[in-house]
Amino acid sequence: MASKNAQDKGRFESYDVADVSKDMSFLELFDVLNERLINEGKEPIAFDHDCREGICGACSMYINGRAHGPWEQTTTCQLHMRAYNDGDTIVVEPWRAAAFPVIKDLTVDRTAFDRIIQAGGYISVNTGNAVDANAIPIEKHDADLSFAAAACIGCGACVAACKNSSAMLFTSAKVSQLALLPQGDPERATRAENMVMQMDKEGFGSCTNTGACEAECPKGISISNIARLNREFFSAGFTK
Amino acid sequence: MQGLADGYFVIPYTLGNYLADDIHTKAIPTDHAAFVEAENKVKETLNKLMNIKGKHSVDHFHKALGKIMWDKCGMARNAKGLEEAIKEIQALREEFWKDVRIPGEQNELNPELEKAGRVADFLELGELMCRDALQRNESCGGHFREEYQDAEGEAKRDDENFAFVAAWEYKGPSNFELHKEKLQFEIVHPTQRSYK
Repeated sequence: MASKNAQDKGRFESYDVADVSKDMSFLELFDVLNERLINEGKEPIAFDHDCREGICGACSMYINGRAHGPWEQTTTCQLHMRAYNDGDTIVVEPWRAAAFPVIKDLTVDRTAFDRIIQAGGYISVNTGNAVDANAIPIEKHDADLSFAAAACIGCGACVAACKNSSAMLFTSAKVSQLALLPQGDPERATRAENMVMQMDKEGFGSCTNTGACEAECPKGISISNIARLNREFFSAGFTK
Repeated sequence: MQGLADGYFVIPYTLGNYLADDIHTKAIPTDHAAFVEAENKVKETLNKLMNIKGKHSVDHFHKALGKIMWDKCGMARNAKGLEEAIKEIQALREEFWKDVRIPGEQNELNPELEKAGRVADFLELGELMCRDALQRNESCGGHFREEYQDAEGEAKRDDENFAFVAAWEYKGPSNFELHKEKLQFEIVHPTQRSYK
């Protein structure tokens, strides 16, 4: 998928890539292709990437109609060419969501997520000495649930996979990781409301509980977090 | 690991308090002479990079530099290899500024231009790493100078002459001035590491 910028109409371009090793990652396929394009005097394909070890959430590619390609709980950088056969045609698109405008080719602007976090995805702490890790005992069950929610890498696959381009899985994971811990209590009444308000303002769609987000999430974030966000959101209305 | 440990233990005692005051700092104006100078310098570099229009990609130079560093400035290094590496990096840097090809436009998202800026830095830093390794005539930690080992192949330290952090001042291409920041050990004294 090629496009100069968000105003450009965008179009598909086809490339043949020879000598692809099964051990190459999907992003390395793009590295090889781009090197060739540069040598031929053409423009390389712009795509987002950073850690290349499945933790940064940058490598947003919609591959053959699936976020991050065919493998379960995998980011694009962890997808390898052994997932495909010689001669396959692979269709790659950027994340498709109004709230993630295309910057160029496969690169989209995901700063809407940053603004949702800024609206409430934080806790207040005193400066000075770090608090002892065991100063506030937390039940193992809660700690595990919070940790599982905190595994969200903010990649946006949930939005890309959702037919409504809803950001509920992302927002609910960020609300849950704090709502489950006593450290999240001081801002509890405002956090869910402010983050949901920002989510709507950014133009993300509504949630209709179809679960595509959970199925495509590279970190296996559970949609039970969405139920928790709804509970947080409603109870915030009663605390005022 | 060093970075992780330092960050975890040091930051809560230092940076948080510093930033706590800084939260009241308003947006800093950009008309200060130093800012204007820095901005013009960056623009100049970008124009220069875009106008080279050479034959080789940024990755070509990055990989060539990586090969030199891997072969001659790895954990085990020696004076001969480091001297060669310095010359090779200087030649590569010259070639980079004559022959790099950066496609696309300057004022749009241009990952090749971003990368070119970083690789230009690496071409200076790589040389400095070799110079630093070359002046440190001892073996110590991740710096194993092959000339400085004992009969059993263990690292031979020289704390009399090298108990300092090397802070290098950039004075122009291939011109770095060494400032020695002395290390003083009062309770625990450095010795050769032994797993025996």
